[in-house]
Amino acid sequence: MKLLATAAAAAALVFVAQGAQAGATFDAIKAKGFVQCGMNGGVGGFGAPDAKGEMKGIDVDLCRAVAAAMFGDANKVKHTPLTAQQRFTALQSGEVDLLARNTTQTLTRDASLGLIGAGVNYYDGQGFMVTKKLGVKSAKELNGATVCVQPGTTTELNLADYFRANKMTFKPVVIEKLDEVVGAYASGRCDVYTTDISGLASTRATQLPNADDHIILPEVISKEPLGPLVRQGDDTWLVVVRWTLNAMIEAEEYGITSANVDEMLKSDNPNIKRILGVTPGGGKALGLDEKWAYNIIKQVGNYGESFERNVGKGSALKLDRGVNALWTNGGLMYAWPIR
Amino acid sequence: MADPRVNGGQSAPPRRLSWNDPDVRSVVYQVVAVALVGIVGWFLVSNTLHNLSTRNISTGFDFLSRESGFAIGESPIAFGPENTYARAILVGILNTIRIAVIGVILATILGTIIGIARLSKNWLVAKIAMIYVEVIRNVPLLLQLFFWYALITETLPGPRQAINVMPGVFMSNRGIKVPAPTEHFAFDLAAIGFMLAFVLIFIMVNLAKKRQDATGKAFPVYRGGLALLIGMPLLGWLIGGAPWELDVPKLQGFNFVGGATLTPEFAALLFGLVLYTAGFIAEVVRSGIQAVNYGQWEAASALGLSRSQTLRLIVLPQSLRVIIPPMTSQYLNLTKNSSLAVAIGYPDIVSIANTTLNQTGQAIEGIMIIMAVYLSISLSISLFMNWYNKHIALVER
Ligand SMILES: N[C@@H](CCC(=O)N[C@@H](CS)C(=O)NCC(=O)O)C(=O)O
Repeated sequence: MKLLATAAAAAALVFVAQGAQAGATFDAIKAKGFVQCGMNGGVGGFGAPDAKGEMKGIDVDLCRAVAAAMFGDANKVKHTPLTAQQRFTALQSGEVDLLARNTTQTLTRDASLGLIGAGVNYYDGQGFMVTKKLGVKSAKELNGATVCVQPGTTTELNLADYFRANKMTFKPVVIEKLDEVVGAYASGRCDVYTTDISGLASTRATQLPNADDHIILPEVISKEPLGPLVRQGDDTWLVVVRWTLNAMIEAEEYGITSANVDEMLKSDNPNIKRILGVTPGGGKALGLDEKWAYNIIKQVGNYGESFERNVGKGSALKLDRGVNALWTNGGLMYAWPIR
Repeated sequence: MADPRVNGGQSAPPRRLSWNDPDVRSVVYQVVAVALVGIVGWFLVSNTLHNLSTRNISTGFDFLSRESGFAIGESPIAFGPENTYARAILVGILNTIRIAVIGVILATILGTIIGIARLSKNWLVAKIAMIYVEVIRNVPLLLQLFFWYALITETLPGPRQAINVMPGVFMSNRGIKVPAPTEHFAFDLAAIGFMLAFVLIFIMVNLAKKRQDATGKAFPVYRGGLALLIGMPLLGWLIGGAPWELDVPKLQGFNFVGGATLTPEFAALLFGLVLYTAGFIAEVVRSGIQAVNYGQWEAASALGLSRSQTLRLIVLPQSLRVIIPPMTSQYLNLTKNSSLAVAIGYPDIVSIANTTLNQTGQAIEGIMIIMAVYLSISLSISLFMNWYNKHIALVER
C-alpha cells in the first residue's frame, strides 16, 4: 500500500534515464498541457474536496494560479493527494511537478532532498490541541502525556525537541493516515494531538464531531513556513512558481482583486501596469504570456482573497490573518517587486 | 571456440571443447547469464547513483550515525530522540521480531486447536470452528486490525477511569498495565533459568526416548517439562534472594507510571495477526490430519489407544510432514503482514524506516533496509522450518 507507492516512486529513480537539462520540467509541463500537483487530500482549508468533489484550499489555489500563469486556464491542474510520507518521493521521482501541501521549508528539505522551496504561502507554527475536559491550560503541563502525531513531518521532530528542551517526557502514538491519527485522538487514545496550528484548526473545524470540546494551547513551539516546493534542476519552472506566488501577494498590496482586475487594466499606476502586463516585459522574461498575472488574479484571485475564502473568515477554519497579513499591515507577507 | 592447446594434452583422454558438448554449453550459458545479471545490476546501481547525484539527492548510509530526533512509542531497548537512526532501526527490527515470534507461537497453538476442532465428532464444535475459519479468512486483515484497534481504544475508558481488573492490573485505552518485577539480579537469574529449562527439556526428551527404546518404559515428559519450566526460573529467583518488591503501576498525571504495558497498538496487531493466521493454520492442520490414512486410526484403536492418544501419538506426528511446508508459508505471511502495523501506529520496522527515509529523504536506502530485514527474517524462518522438516522426515517410517 503506502510502502508500495514509495517503493514505486523510488524505483522510478532507479530506472529513469540519465540526465536532466535546464527547462526540461517547464517544457514537459507546457507540452502535456497541465500541471500535476501534489497536495493534501483531506485537510480542509489547504487541500480537500468540497461538497461537489472539487478540490479547494489555499494550496489548491496556488496550483491553480500556476496553471493560470502557464496556460491562461486555472483548471489545467491534476491533483495527486499525498500523505506526509509520500510527498517528497513523489516530487523527486517526477510523479508530480509541484508540491503544494502545507510543507515546511527546512534546511534538510532544501539541501539534501534535491528539492527547492519556491516561497511561503502560509507562515505557521506548531501547536497542541487537547480536550477541554483534560483541564490543561499550557503545554508546560503536558509532562507524561500521550501525543498523537503523523510520521514524516517536522511535527514529529519539533515534538521531541520541545519535550526534551523542557525536561518532560511523552509517549508518541505515530499513525500515518490523518483520519486514523485524528480518530485515535478523538477516542482518547492520546491526550494531545499536535501539528501545525492551521492543521489543528482545520481538524477541529472539519474532522472532530464537537469543535467546542477542544482547545488549542497557547504555546507555539516552532516556526513552520509552509510553501510550495519543486525539484532542483529547472530554474525556469522554479521561477514561474515563485513569481506566481509573488504576483498574488503583489496584487493584494496594489488592491487588484478578481472583481476589479478588468478596471485595473486602465490604471495608470506603473506598478499595476507592469503586474497586469499592460506594460509588457515580465511575461516574456518568464517564458509566459504577458497576461500571466492578469489570468492568475482574474481566475484565482489575490493572496488575501484566497486566504479569506479558504482559511480565513469566509471559511470553517476562521483563522486570523495574523503574521500572514501584508507587511504594510504589520505581517510577513512581503512580495518581491514585479519589475 | 576450440582451444588447440587442449587437443595437445598428453595423457588426458582427448576431449574437445565443442559446442556439441552439453557440459561446455551449459557452462557458457551460465557464464553469459551471470554476466548479463551483473551488467544489468551494475547499470541499475550506477544509473541510480548518477540520477540521485544529478538531482542533488543525498546518497549512502551516513545518515545512520546521525541523531534521529524523533521518539518511538514502545521499544524493547532504551531509545530517545538523542539516539541515532541506526538505533531507531534496530528498535524497529526488534519490534517486528517481537510481534512475529509471539504471533507465530500463539497462531500455531490457536490454529492447531481450531484445525482439530473442525474434525471434531461434536457437531456444534465442528460448525463453530468452520464458521470461524470462513469468516476470518474472508475479511481483509487490514480491516480486522482497524476493528481491534477501534475496539480497544473506543470501548475502554480513559486512564483516570481505568478498570481495575485485579490488584495492580489496570485496563484503559492506554493499554493493559500490569505490575512488573523491579530491576533485580534475581530476575535476571530467573530469566536464565527459564532458558536453561529449554535445554534441559531437550536433553530430557532425548534421554526419555532412549530409555523407552531400551526398556519400553515411558517417561512422563510432559509433566517433567512443565516442572522444569516452572522450577528452573523459580530456582534462579530463590538463589537471587527471592525479592518480593514489584513495580506496581499507579496513576500519576495523565497516565499510569511504572509496571509493564501491553499497548493498544501491540495488542490490536497481535490479536489481528494471530486470529487471522490461525484461520489459515487451522486449514493446514485439518488437511494434514486428513491426509493420514484412516487405517492408522483403526489400527490404533485396535491396539486400545483412545481417540486423543491416537491423535497425539499416531496421527499428528505423521501429519507433520504434510503440515510443515504450508505452515512455513503461514509463518512467513504472518511476519510480512506485520508490516500493516503502520496503519495502527505500532512502531515496527516499516513504520520506523518510513519515518527515517522521510526525515532524511533517503528513500532508496530506507527501502533497501526494509527489504533486507524482511528477507533476513523470512530466510531464517525458512531455513529453520526446512531443517525441522528434514528432522521430521527422518523419523517417518
Ligand atoms: N508542516 C509539517 C506538517 C505537514 C503535515 O503533514 N500536516 C498534516 C497534519 S495537518 C497533514 O497535512 N496531514 C494530511 C494527510 O496526511 O493526509 C511538515 O511539512 O512536515
